[in-house]
Amino acid sequence: MERLLNFVYTYRAFFTLLLLELLCSWLIIQNNQFQSTKYFNSSNRLFARIHSTSQNIRDYFSLAEVNYTLAQENAFLRKRLEQRNELLKAMPATAIKDSARIRQFDFVSAKVVNNTTKYYKNFITIDRGEDAGLQPGMAVISSGYAVGKVKTVSKHFSVLISLLNLDEQVSCIIKRTGHFGTAQWDGTDPTFINLKYIPRHVMPAVGDSVVTSGYNAVFPAGTYVGKIKEFKLKEETLFYDIKVELAQDFGKLAFVEVIKSNLKKEKDSLEHITTGELK
Amino acid sequence: MTRSGIVQFVSFFVYVLVQAMLLKNLVLFNTGFCFLYIAYLLLLPIETNVLVLMLLGFVMGFSIDIFYNSLGLHALTLVFIGYLRNYWLGAITPQGGYDAGAIPGMKALGLQWFLVYMMPLVFLHHLVLFLVEAANFDLFWYSMLKTITSMLFTMTIIVTLQYLVPQRSRI
Repeated sequence: MERLLNFVYTYRAFFTLLLLELLCSWLIIQNNQFQSTKYFNSSNRLFARIHSTSQNIRDYFSLAEVNYTLAQENAFLRKRLEQRNELLKAMPATAIKDSARIRQFDFVSAKVVNNTTKYYKNFITIDRGEDAGLQPGMAVISSGYAVGKVKTVSKHFSVLISLLNLDEQVSCIIKRTGHFGTAQWDGTDPTFINLKYIPRHVMPAVGDSVVTSGYNAVFPAGTYVGKIKEFKLKEETLFYDIKVELAQDFGKLAFVEVIKSNLKKEKDSLEHITTGELK
Repeated sequence: MTRSGIVQFVSFFVYVLVQAMLLKNLVLFNTGFCFLYIAYLLLLPIETNVLVLMLLGFVMGFSIDIFYNSLGLHALTLVFIGYLRNYWLGAITPQGGYDAGAIPGMKALGLQWFLVYMMPLVFLHHLVLFLVEAANFDLFWYSMLKTITSMLFTMTIIVTLQYLVPQRSRI
């Protein structure tokens, strides 16, 4: 026993190294699992405050551009609203009865306080949290384009997992052909994302729009992701390699909208009953 | 606490804040990152105990991780560097050995020695960091590219700071 203790003591540096590295590996693995409420990340109040302060300073340099984008989006939405109103006039008032379906999605606007695009795993911190009714798993868009999902919420802040993250996958369809696949970033260029699992018989074309499918009820169906830039079909593979040019410029995110899907729980529990497995 | 202890204590926070608020947003050519915080660990006095180095590395890495939302990643790499540092210092001892209480800085030991000391450790730190972050060997060569550009960037900043900031050669 004494010799064992002596041995451990002689190599104490190495054993401490092992211990600390195991602890760190455990933390990394824990942190990789999606959707959890944790304390040690940038939604922590103190750290989010520090980020807010530095973002406030940076904001002054992009004010003009942000204003311009917001004004454009406002004009676009006003146009859409007018068109919709005109359409509604022509419709019988009893056509849509289910108010839950009309109110399927709620939007919460939030300001980006911290954002990265150049790491393998990018996250965005925003200044709305549990207070505004945010929960892990909600979708986030900006000017109508997909941005990511909520990963962690604290009282006043949340951390989003950006589309530019190796761990993030979004169910998408090619709008023209209607075939669905999975969009996932490859970790290199922040302006492109890969669309995977599009089978061989599909005929994609350069310039086709890629939108979210709405199958996972996180993003509303039809949220614009980007357009196909190039595609390849290798001899031996079952699926296309498709590169999609992102519509969202992640380097310039200033304001985002979090989507609260009010029917997600209903849909998930129905699917759960049918398939019997947890999603 | 001694005077140098206070300096070390304050500079810990300075390194973390500079990294989190300034250098985090500074990326060159999409691939060059600056992880200046490693200099804190590498510039501690030569006689610092390896256990202290690893613990400080853990605490510093952990604080950086909170800002980067990458719990455990920077802590893991910095603990690893803390473990290797003293062995490497032992391997490259100059003729006549180190002075008592010396800091492994450029002023005391010269630019050439400083580069030999810093480069491999910075390289290893960046390589482990990017590989563990990717957790995927498909990205090996891209990670290698990131490692080399980041190493050049980090080294430039570290050496520039050695010239700019008045250094004490010993505690």
